[in-house]
Amino acid sequence: MIMKTNQQSRRNFLISSGLGTAGLLLTFSIPTACSRKLGGSREIQDFNAYLGIGKDGTVRVILSHVEMGQGIWTTLPMLIAEELDCDWKKIIVTHAPPGEPYIHTSYGVQMTGSSSSTYSEFDRYRMAGATARAMLISAAATRLGIDPSNCTTDSGHVLAGDRKIVYGELVEDAGKLTAPEQVSLKDPKDWKYIGTSMKRLDGKVKINGQAEYGLDKDLPGLQIAVVAHPPFFGAKVISYDATECLSINGVSQVVQIPTGLAVLATNFWSAKKGRDVLQVEWDLPVNSVTTTTQFEAYRNLAKSKGIVTQESGNVSEGLATSNTKLEMEYCLPYLAHACMEPMNCTIDFDGQQAEIWAGVQMPMEDRKKASEVLGIPEGQIQLHTLFMGGAFGRRTTFDSDFVVEAAHIAKTVRKPIKLVWTREDDMRAGYYRAAFLHDVKVGLDKNGHPQAWQHRVVGQSIHEQGTPFSAFVKNGIDGTSVEGARNSRYLDHTPHISIELHSTKNEVPVLWWRSVGHSHIAFAMESAIDELAHAAGKDPVAYRRELLDSKRHLATLNLAAEKSGWGKRLPDGHYQGIAVHESFRSYVAHVVEVSLENGKPKVQKVTCAIDCGLAVNPDGVKAQMEGGIIFGLSAALYGEITMDNGSAVQSNFHDYQMVRMSDAPKIEVFIVDSEEQMGGAGEPCVPPVAPALTNAIFAATGTRIRTLPVMTHLIL
Amino acid sequence: MKLTVNNKSYDLDVDPDMPLLWALRDVLKLTGTKYGCGIAQCGACTVHLDGNPIRSCVTPVQAIGEAKITTIEGLSENTDHPVQQAWLEVDVPQCGYCQSGQIMTAAALLEKNPHPDDAAIDAAMSGNICRCGTYERIRKAIHMAGQPLNKDV
Repeated sequence: MIMKTNQQSRRNFLISSGLGTAGLLLTFSIPTACSRKLGGSREIQDFNAYLGIGKDGTVRVILSHVEMGQGIWTTLPMLIAEELDCDWKKIIVTHAPPGEPYIHTSYGVQMTGSSSSTYSEFDRYRMAGATARAMLISAAATRLGIDPSNCTTDSGHVLAGDRKIVYGELVEDAGKLTAPEQVSLKDPKDWKYIGTSMKRLDGKVKINGQAEYGLDKDLPGLQIAVVAHPPFFGAKVISYDATECLSINGVSQVVQIPTGLAVLATNFWSAKKGRDVLQVEWDLPVNSVTTTTQFEAYRNLAKSKGIVTQESGNVSEGLATSNTKLEMEYCLPYLAHACMEPMNCTIDFDGQQAEIWAGVQMPMEDRKKASEVLGIPEGQIQLHTLFMGGAFGRRTTFDSDFVVEAAHIAKTVRKPIKLVWTREDDMRAGYYRAAFLHDVKVGLDKNGHPQAWQHRVVGQSIHEQGTPFSAFVKNGIDGTSVEGARNSRYLDHTPHISIELHSTKNEVPVLWWRSVGHSHIAFAMESAIDELAHAAGKDPVAYRRELLDSKRHLATLNLAAEKSGWGKRLPDGHYQGIAVHESFRSYVAHVVEVSLENGKPKVQKVTCAIDCGLAVNPDGVKAQMEGGIIFGLSAALYGEITMDNGSAVQSNFHDYQMVRMSDAPKIEVFIVDSEEQMGGAGEPCVPPVAPALTNAIFAATGTRIRTLPVMTHLIL
Repeated sequence: MKLTVNNKSYDLDVDPDMPLLWALRDVLKLTGTKYGCGIAQCGACTVHLDGNPIRSCVTPVQAIGEAKITTIEGLSENTDHPVQQAWLEVDVPQCGYCQSGQIMTAAALLEKNPHPDDAAIDAAMSGNICRCGTYERIRKAIHMAGQPLNKDV
């Protein structure tokens, strides 16, 4: 994703990455709390927009980023607790409302994504904690008639000699003070929380049914809305007959909205039954996408030069003069996000004011889009972000699709409504990782190293559809379409390079999907490198070491190779493949170990090494690696949405399969001890999974899989 | 329509073909049991029917009769069922959405087989999808939860 600097944020916050600012005296202004409706009965004194403390010592951390499973509900509180020096057991956490103080420090919108939450908040949340601690110390010093320099803190207490005052007793006085403009942060050697594995603060509510997800929202008189969506992308309602639908027990009304017809009922089952018998005539699709012909068209496009995104030397000459020339084509299908919790949104709109409850990754943008539909100012709308049953990019839609759909319904019915998408809606109504074709031609020199690399990427652009980041499509190049190929470190010493892009357009809506462009680029790059290694007669790890100068690539490559026992004797019938890829400022290498069962690959084990710089919560990083490996394997083995005349063929988990317990390999994760720039965790683990798998399959069978998913194409 | 859920009796005025999932969620407001697929493919809706794990999304309320239903809310009073304790110890959940179903399936497995091997875990748990991919930890937690029960055998 492309970086956007927010000037307001830049003025207010000193952003660092890594350990550079720790222990220094920092000057900044931390925004005070923005107005919001406070829930619960506890009286909490807000110290700033990110942190409040109650008289009972409760510390409430307000999250600028949303919890989708990635663990930010725990990591941001760790940053606060580190500097506030509070009692970990007294922390409660809440999602922030839409508000200026919660705008992303780099991206200029309030959003959670790009695996950036931890590093982008590393200073802001530590400073929020340090400021509040300074105010508590100041209040204690005044009360005791001593200089603040004679005070220290420990686990929610200010200490001065033999005096000890709990934070709760000081919040009223401290809250009246002006926040200091200078504060020093702890020296890393004194860290208690940062770098130590902490258990999830949302763990308990997620194992006893108490966690409230968007789909769980209830209100008095709530009507459930199930929508009949178009059977083809872009189709519109011509006419409909709701007679039978309205006869279903519990169904109250049918409402036409821009995206179809909403059936409202007292419960989901009635609404769905109503939808099932709704008679709708849709118009026919135009210029519709069918997967087979789409790839044929992409293949033809790849025969011509695309927009050049990186160029050096003369690639045609380099290919012509090479010792060995390899031509490879990699194809990747559309993929659904398939969050376990289908899309949903609850709105209570009375014509003047609205309240919205949903799991969304860009709450401020969603509120804005809702206000446009409802015809009321944003200030008249409260948006509450609830827990998300997965997101993977799906809940960051630039058109706020499901929120807007709910707003259209709410605007018409003026009663509390909850829009519920069925699994079939979720899988067939869109947003997908785009299908891509990579045409790669490489010429090797006498050492077997690439002297010419021509890479044509063909597929739909995310940003050209009109995202908040569209300004970053430059000269027709959506950077996310070529990220990971453009400026690849494998090509540091390649004299002739041409990385080209054909951005295609059609009506299938595409979106960022966990690891965005890297999700397809890494498959092409790491498969190609593996093919070159074999063409050059070299070991895939040794070959990568020859090409890579990058210290961090090498650190993860070497660690994964060592820990997996690369090159050593494996159990009979086991074979390994490796891949390493940089994305979202982190470096991840996987070694996938496979065997063959009934002519199909069985993934036995995955060994992962990550360098994300400082790992604030190491067990959280491990959890993301474990999960990302399974996510990547699901896509590589099974993931495919095929299009038939503008309609998604797959509809539910029976035909869009996931890795289940019986296919889940043993996973070992190793974190590089690193003081390099901090990076992300949620996404960087995904890209190297597919190529490491297909490289292992090649090692096992000599069959090179260049088209995903593996299981539909492979008979070994 | 009478239902016994978590040892409480309810009299429901719903269509007999309504799946138990929606009776629990929309009528009884027990939202810990989740909707994931509606066709018994993902296991997010798993509850116990007389101790056996069933997919509530495809079980009509009329089919339940006198059987006793247990949901995640009724598994323990204080979130202290051995499976829940192990889940916390291993820090299993990520998004958490599938975990009610995973826990109910695991609890039923351990009731019948207090120390399952990996093959038994595969067989029992493969109906439950976790999109966050927490399988490694689920497996570890099931082995861990089996430990104290072993001592009682």
